[in-house]
Amino acid sequence: MAFTATRDTGGIYLIRVEGQLIVGNRQELKAAVQEALESGERRFVIDFSRTGYIDSSGLGALVSISKKVREQGGDLRLSGLNEDLRSLFELTKLDTLFAISDTAEKAAGGFAG
Amino acid sequence: MTLPVPASLRLCVRRRRLPAANGATTELGLRVPSDVACIEQVVDLLMRHCTCANWLCRRSRFNVRVAVAEALANAIVAGNQENPSKSVFVRAELGPEHVRIEVTDEGTGFNPETVREPLDPEDLDRPNGRGLFLIRQLVDDVRFNDQGNSICMTLRRR
Repeated sequence: MAFTATRDTGGIYLIRVEGQLIVGNRQELKAAVQEALESGERRFVIDFSRTGYIDSSGLGALVSISKKVREQGGDLRLSGLNEDLRSLFELTKLDTLFAISDTAEKAAGGFAG
Repeated sequence: MTLPVPASLRLCVRRRRLPAANGATTELGLRVPSDVACIEQVVDLLMRHCTCANWLCRRSRFNVRVAVAEALANAIVAGNQENPSKSVFVRAELGPEHVRIEVTDEGTGFNPETVREPLDPEDLDRPNGRGLFLIRQLVDDVRFNDQGNSICMTLRRR
């Protein structure tokens, strides 16, 4: 598993999750977002188009990250969830908590202002 | 076919023919260190054998992956409390009609009846408490032993 982070010219901080997001690596993702928040980033997209599966710790990490981003006046969007991954969000009703877009580009276009 | 096994895992694979002769059942036994870094390896290993069994649809393969990862995380973190002197034991039966996977830790166990569902609106932003719920949603049958330190998950062929 690896995360790749890029910042586009529109001020969107895009993190791609490659592999799995599970108990063994969720802290890395939380740390990456925390670091970006401290650097002043406020608009985040986490993209799962290259992700195999997510466990409940990974879902929990996303919940924590979302809360932290909102507390700092930021916004977080998710993208690239295939049918299987999306089912995890639906089963846990987390699809009601997150703004989810089909692609990272659509997610980036969804930020206000 | 020989599948590579990570050095940190102890694996025992056995194949036996069912009396009904509608296919072979593969049995796997794994001893897993109490280290969350092993979870991906174990899931991959089981799935390679499931693919050999060649009947799981894409969604079922996904569900098994997540359910096994979840059960291993519970066993390593909550059960064994990541104690390196303790192990997690995985027993998998990959047959023509079902996949059955048992995950047992060396902890004191817990009462699964006391785990509440995490779907109340006020619980949605809690970072934990979804693991067992998710397992119950992803497989057809979930059972625990009396002690509560062993979970048995069954997914039937569709």
